[in-house]
Amino acid sequence: MNLLNTFFNLRVLWESLPQLLWGLITTIEIGIVSIIAGLIGGLVLAVARLYAPAPGKLLIRIYVDIFRSIPLLVLLIVVYYALPFVGIRLSPFASTVTALGLVSAAYTAEIFRAGIEAVPHGQFEAAAALGFSNRHTMSDIILPQAIRIVIPPLTNNCINVLKDTALASVVAMPDLLKQATQAQALAANPTPLIGAALIYVILLWPMVAVVGRLEKHLSKGRR
Amino acid sequence: MGTLISIRDLRKSYGTFAVLHGIDLDIAEGEVVCVIGPSGSGKSTLIRCINHLEGFSAESAITVDGIKVQPGAALARVRAEVGMVFQSFNLFPHMTVLRNVMLAPIRVRNAAPAEAEAKARDLLARVGIAEQAEKYPGQLSGGQQQRVAIARALAMEPKVLLFDEPTSALDPEMVGEVLDVMKKLAGTGVTMVVVTHEMGFARQVADRVIFMDGGRIVESGTPADIFDTPRHERTRSFLRAVLNH
Ligand SMILES: Nc1ncnc2c1ncn2[C@@H]1O[C@H](COP(=O)(O)OP(=O)(O)OP(=O)(O)O)[C@@H](O)[C@H]1O
Ligand SMILES: [Mg+2]
Repeated sequence: MNLLNTFFNLRVLWESLPQLLWGLITTIEIGIVSIIAGLIGGLVLAVARLYAPAPGKLLIRIYVDIFRSIPLLVLLIVVYYALPFVGIRLSPFASTVTALGLVSAAYTAEIFRAGIEAVPHGQFEAAAALGFSNRHTMSDIILPQAIRIVIPPLTNNCINVLKDTALASVVAMPDLLKQATQAQALAANPTPLIGAALIYVILLWPMVAVVGRLEKHLSKGRR
Repeated sequence: MGTLISIRDLRKSYGTFAVLHGIDLDIAEGEVVCVIGPSGSGKSTLIRCINHLEGFSAESAITVDGIKVQPGAALARVRAEVGMVFQSFNLFPHMTVLRNVMLAPIRVRNAAPAEAEAKARDLLARVGIAEQAEKYPGQLSGGQQQRVAIARALAMEPKVLLFDEPTSALDPEMVGEVLDVMKKLAGTGVTMVVVTHEMGFARQVADRVIFMDGGRIVESGTPADIFDTPRHERTRSFLRAVLNH
């Protein structure tokens, strides 16, 4: 009973709920902006890697590898605490979205590359033989086929980005986690943290379930 | 009739492995040329150089309708004039048969969609699959898919059609329907270059038969020349092998 009162105190939860929901909104804002930036960046990188001259290809590969190696927390702290020394001062929101977007673009680029490579070579040849430009080859022929393949891993990546938004709390962003820790301090009770954890699960569980179903569906191979 | 395709000293190698050893060939407008030869002799590579699906050595020169085949802006013009039909069809699986046929004229020739559709339906009727227009390629038989591929190539109103073993991936009972379409086509005066193992087709339809071996043209002539009085021993042994298999 005592345990329940400590970790799942309904009164504390009820009182902190508005604060947690404000945090949730911030979390979702960070997530959506980062996901969109990552998607656009990743698609551009993947297509550029296909058509760029050799030095460009190499640069993109280096970018992709670096931003998949660097821990997101380290990158975020560099962006927020180190860049001001060279005169680049980003707000907590901009810092978080920059760090998340850069990393998400790297993963997304790899996902799109794999998707594009999974399209049979004959499709590129048929498009080329008909005289399609590179742009139309991509937009009409290749990407519509690659999209089916990349939807599950892309959704997975979105889940990761949403989870990683919690790191924003280290740069004083009032996201869900930050609001929960503040509410915990105020109430001198850990229930808001449990509440935050539950909200993350409620937010992400459906997406996790959808990925699972999509993967099953696509592996059945409707091609 | 004028020369449509001119090939001069065509050389191609993969690394140090030479696949084509200097091929010279002129193809006249309206001519139907069949290319025969053993596996690995370079037949596919030869016709894939014509629309630059394969690059080739810098000393070599190919022109199509007077346009030099080389990477760059002019290549799109060459490819618009050169249709290609592949062994494995390579239809676009995510769009209907109709859209497969009408898309390239819209995207490459800026055709109006309504006109492109009307022409596509017309072409599908010509290759005998008008009723399948709204289906997806995966729902068609191999023979039907290859006929769609021919219609798709024709929709660009190319000056020349290249075929790379168009019937080799088909079940035997479907070979005939595709060859029939190609025979009809040959009768309409389109220039055709056909890599094929169908000797009956070559004999009946070709204006000229080219026998390749080891990356060279060994012998070329009328079907009667090649099939009845081959001059080279290699041609004779190849024909013996394929005709008595
Ligand atoms: N991408 C490649 N890399 C290396 N060698 C290749 C490549 N493509 C083709 N070759 C080689 O080039 C030679 C000619 O190939 P090509 O496909 O033109 O022959 P082909 O006459 O069309 O044969 P087939 O009747 O089997 O289709 C072959 O020896 C083949 O192994
Ligand atoms: Mg071949």
